Amino acid sequence: MGFRIDKLGVVIAALLAYGGFLAPFANFRANRIVPGEARWIIEALPAGYGAALLAFIAVAIALILLKTPTLFRLVLGLVALLALAVLIGVSAGHLTPPENTYARVSPASGFWLSSFAFALLTADALARLRLSPLARIGLLLAVAATVAGLLVSGIWDGLSILKEYGSRAETFWLEAGRHVVLALGSLAAACLVGLPLGILCHRVPSLRAGVLNGLNIIQTIPSIALFGLLIAPLGWIALNVPGASALGIRGIGAAPAFVALFLYSLLPVVANTVVGLAGVPRDANDAARGIGMTGRQRLFGVELPLAFPVILTGIRIVLVQNIGLATIAALIGGGGFGVFVFQGIGQTAMDLVLLGAVPTVALAFAAAVVLDAATELSNSKRGRAA
Amino acid sequence: MIEIENITKRYGDNTVVDTVSMTVEPRTITVIVGTSGSGKTTLMRMINRLVEPSEGMIRIDGADNRSIPGYELRRHIGYAIQGHGLFPHRTVAENIATVPTLLGWDKKRIAAKVEELLTLFQLDPAAFGPRYPHELSGGQQQRVGVARALAAEPNILLMDEPFGALDPVIRAKAQDDLLAIQKHFGTTIVLVTHDMEEAFHLADKIAVMDKGRIVQCAAPEEMLVNPATDFVETLIGAEERPFRLLSIGTAADAAEAGEAQGEPIAASVSQREALSSLLWSGREALPVVGADGASLGRVTLAGLARRAARPQ
Repeated sequence: MGFRIDKLGVVIAALLAYGGFLAPFANFRANRIVPGEARWIIEALPAGYGAALLAFIAVAIALILLKTPTLFRLVLGLVALLALAVLIGVSAGHLTPPENTYARVSPASGFWLSSFAFALLTADALARLRLSPLARIGLLLAVAATVAGLLVSGIWDGLSILKEYGSRAETFWLEAGRHVVLALGSLAAACLVGLPLGILCHRVPSLRAGVLNGLNIIQTIPSIALFGLLIAPLGWIALNVPGASALGIRGIGAAPAFVALFLYSLLPVVANTVVGLAGVPRDANDAARGIGMTGRQRLFGVELPLAFPVILTGIRIVLVQNIGLATIAALIGGGGFGVFVFQGIGQTAMDLVLLGAVPTVALAFAAAVVLDAATELSNSKRGRAA
Repeated sequence: MIEIENITKRYGDNTVVDTVSMTVEPRTITVIVGTSGSGKTTLMRMINRLVEPSEGMIRIDGADNRSIPGYELRRHIGYAIQGHGLFPHRTVAENIATVPTLLGWDKKRIAAKVEELLTLFQLDPAAFGPRYPHELSGGQQQRVGVARALAAEPNILLMDEPFGALDPVIRAKAQDDLLAIQKHFGTTIVLVTHDMEEAFHLADKIAVMDKGRIVQCAAPEEMLVNPATDFVETLIGAEERPFRLLSIGTAADAAEAGEAQGEPIAASVSQREALSSLLWSGREALPVVGADGASLGRVTLAGLARRAARPQ
């Protein structure tokens, strides 16, 4: 029998070969703002560890190139990711001189590329396995638990990003809370307004084009410009409406950020509600009327349940978009993970940027997985396949 | 009884139904036929007020159908449409239970009704009740659609081309089932179709609509013998007349005293089918047997030929 080559495997193997053998694994800096010095795997890890990792990567490249069983690829990807996660922590301990609290060790391009390659392998295997929605959520929880375990174990404590965290742990959780409140709160507000608006647009066709075009225009305004545009009206409200400033409404800060995110969220929610309701079979709707359902019974008993998977898809778009966009809120004093990103850029401290960026990406990723699973569940429960 | 008086429906300048009057007798099947756009569906939808008339009045058992809210009226009138219109997100049992639930029946009574109807439509309640509509064949979906329409025991059942989406074999079966069920419940049925074969097979009375008006409303035999206009004659199809006449009556009606050899004919089949059996078997006569197997005599070629001739 001949060996067959896996097409995606070629790409992954190329990434791995470059990331493992040609790119630096870790970055060493004498303090947090000087330029770093690259360290390749052999230098970055204690004797033996480096050689073992290189050998492991070489074997993995061969296995990934060939068509191997999907489950095997999944396990290989997960084990490799775990190994990389542990080893970058080991590397930090190895590279930092004893008793030196100024030196910083951070992951370098080789680590990121190798991790990306193995993540790609895992994602590809997962897609091919067609896991059930609940199994995917289970896997997400397992990964989250593993990451939490690694954090608690202290193995990553030597890494620069955690040193940045260590010096501002309290602020981190405060900003994390603000970030989540901004993203989820604006989503909730968008649902409260967008669902009825979408239903109205569905019922009154003459409204539809106007509302959707208006929301489309809002969507095209760059976020920073929208913040700027909101400063004047919100400032006016804070000054002239009694009680408004007591509620925290100001020209800058969380209020304009919240309003901007809310406005961006409206289009996906309204548009998906309209599309979902339009997709309800005519027959089912006619029959519902013909057997004596009132308008309200038809809406809640037939139309909304049938449109629900499409509406949920809109909510998924909004949530992932909002988690990302909420970082910009820091620009106008709205808080959130963006605070660390912009502080980091200001101080050219990339570790601080990562402290804001990594949790944002993780949150968006988790939200996407959970809502995708929810959409699939709601779809499969209501047998819609013809 | 449904009394339609001078009912008119206009959309802008377009008159879809034009001063129509007709009466539907209780416990009968009235079939409204006509070409597309003749207004037959609109006429039917004004009975349960899915369409509100521009002028005129419809009385159901003596009461104006506008005396209660539309949705309440519709809960007491069965409604079945082409392509069944089942709710894809509800199971078969939930679909059938829709109207009884709206009417606030207690759970036990609803469950009993669902079981009764599924059994009546030859669908095993245990097997089909929990399934979703997309898991059923077209014929089964159609039966569930009619079962849902009958769930609240309505006196009146409105059907809009209910068998239009079915293949010929299943359609014939569905039509026979409908006749049996109409006998069982004594329901008054108004059915809209463009299939003349179906109309003659099912109808006690046929109403022919053309351009918003009823051009003739009569029993099938009457319509065959005295078509009111050329349009009615064209719709019936001149060359089909003898066969249409035979398709109205059953073999039992045509049975004569006497004996015959050969494969017996069931008393319930139409005379048209009996003729077909005679021609195909090459015999002059065949025995007729009742549902219990007892002999009812025989049908003869000559006898059927007399019945197929234009009545004097």
